[in-house]
Amino acid sequence: MIEIVETGPLNTVQDMGRPGYRNIGVTACGAMDPLALEIGNILLGNPEGAAVIEVQTFPFRLLFTKRGAFAVTGADCRAKLDGVALAPWWAGEAEPGQVLELFPPLRDARAYVSLSGGVDVAPVMGSRSTSLRGSFGGLGGRVLAVGDSIATGAVQPAAVPKGGFGAVPPAVALKDVFPVGENGELVIRALPAGEHDLFGADAERFWSQPWKISARSDRTGYRLSGDPIHPVEVVEMRSHGVVPGVIQVPPAGEPIVQMSDANTAGGYPKIAGIIEADLWRMGQARIGSTLRFVPATHAEAKGIEKALATYVDDIRQTARLVGKALAAMA
Amino acid sequence: MSLLQKASFPSPASIVPNAEGLAKISFIGTRAFLLEAPGPFDLPNQRRIWALSRALEAHEQVAEIVPGMTNLLVILKETPDDPDTVIHQLQEKWQRAQGIDLAGRHIEIAVTYGGEHATDLPALCELSGLSDREVVRIHHEGTYRVFALGSAPGFGYLHGLDPRIHMPRKTVPSLKMARGCVTIGGMQTGVAVLTGPNGWNSIGFAEVQMFDPLAAAPAVMAPGDTVRFRPERIEL
Repeated sequence: MIEIVETGPLNTVQDMGRPGYRNIGVTACGAMDPLALEIGNILLGNPEGAAVIEVQTFPFRLLFTKRGAFAVTGADCRAKLDGVALAPWWAGEAEPGQVLELFPPLRDARAYVSLSGGVDVAPVMGSRSTSLRGSFGGLGGRVLAVGDSIATGAVQPAAVPKGGFGAVPPAVALKDVFPVGENGELVIRALPAGEHDLFGADAERFWSQPWKISARSDRTGYRLSGDPIHPVEVVEMRSHGVVPGVIQVPPAGEPIVQMSDANTAGGYPKIAGIIEADLWRMGQARIGSTLRFVPATHAEAKGIEKALATYVDDIRQTARLVGKALAAMA
Repeated sequence: MSLLQKASFPSPASIVPNAEGLAKISFIGTRAFLLEAPGPFDLPNQRRIWALSRALEAHEQVAEIVPGMTNLLVILKETPDDPDTVIHQLQEKWQRAQGIDLAGRHIEIAVTYGGEHATDLPALCELSGLSDREVVRIHHEGTYRVFALGSAPGFGYLHGLDPRIHMPRKTVPSLKMARGCVTIGGMQTGVAVLTGPNGWNSIGFAEVQMFDPLAAAPAVMAPGDTVRFRPERIEL
């Protein structure tokens, strides 16, 4: 059980999302960085996809009203427990009365606080994710507020070791798989989408020029700024289903990347779609930062997915061993 | 890269390849494939999309299918090793899809045409060269079919809009259009289910609740339903 002591706007309860209802117009929502959510839960021995707190505005402070294990993953937000600094991607145990603090990260955008047993709110349509647009899911369909009490699941998995333990962040462990551009820009791989060729020469510029993430970006989508691109002919599209990562180009010519809270359907011409294995990095991209798109194939995407799965499996194995050792000592 | 049929795709059992009947299939990221029916935006085409949805629903590789307006988004459980095989299979299933009709419900929606919410009625009159009364009459005399749900929870895309009152989506969306606005987006019409940014054109307002997340069937409308708009008030 925890209580929110300080929070900015737009911090919410999220899990792996609510897929399966796009055919009735319901957005999947879910963590913007699902990898951070997954690792946080693994460190705690939580069920896969247990709900966590997604923090995207800082500082954020919570009070433990009961003893319980927690993990902080995602952006390095210089977390402290009762003033004592914690390493990034770290799991520890808190005593009643202790305060966990998260400060503005110097890089990346979103941090995830996982709690032993998972955030216990009533699932709506199979998920605990908050749908802000639909005003349902999570904590009453709204953002977290000071004074909110949040229950955790009754089943408390194995304790974490004294002093805590952590995972090597994916940006370090997988730096060859997720390279950074020459000028430090984010490199995002994507597959050409349905209207790619309609953009003629501008399509090449889409891939070659850098794009900046504008201030009008949030969990719904990122608006990119750069030299506008235009299709050679204007088409009035029939509305169709979309998924996060689709890159649409509205008439003004500056692309929009749809993210976790995006509409389930769209009608703007789409130039490309980000490979799923790069979406967690997109979820960590900051307003004002620069990115470049690189064309990829399904085979390349598959390779990156495999590297990610190996990384996650390694952490899962280690966490299991730690859990077993602790149980043996108890 | 257009994924419009590759030359290697075997033509149907006929001497002349029936290129016209092939669907356009493209990628949205790694797991999602968008199949777009060739030909007009009409009920026979949508019936084939409904048939294709049925045929794919139980497929073991398929995680989710999202019918759109004469198109279908197929989301697989895993990134395929060979996307060409998927394209080939989808194309084959499309070729075999015979139209089915969905026995839908009849839904009547009471509308206040004109008034404070009809922010785009003057622009539609200008575009169409019709008077506001004519626009309203043409809209409420139509019989519409729910082709698909999407965009926002429970929002039904309605087919059957008279071409005289087609109106392109806005280049700059309205920032805060109210839930209940009766709108036109290109050749489609519908009733806004959420208050928020909206690129469609509003000509009226309806007091309706189209979605309840806690209900066993959260959406009121379903593909195949027939919708009529009853002019409860006309404020011009």
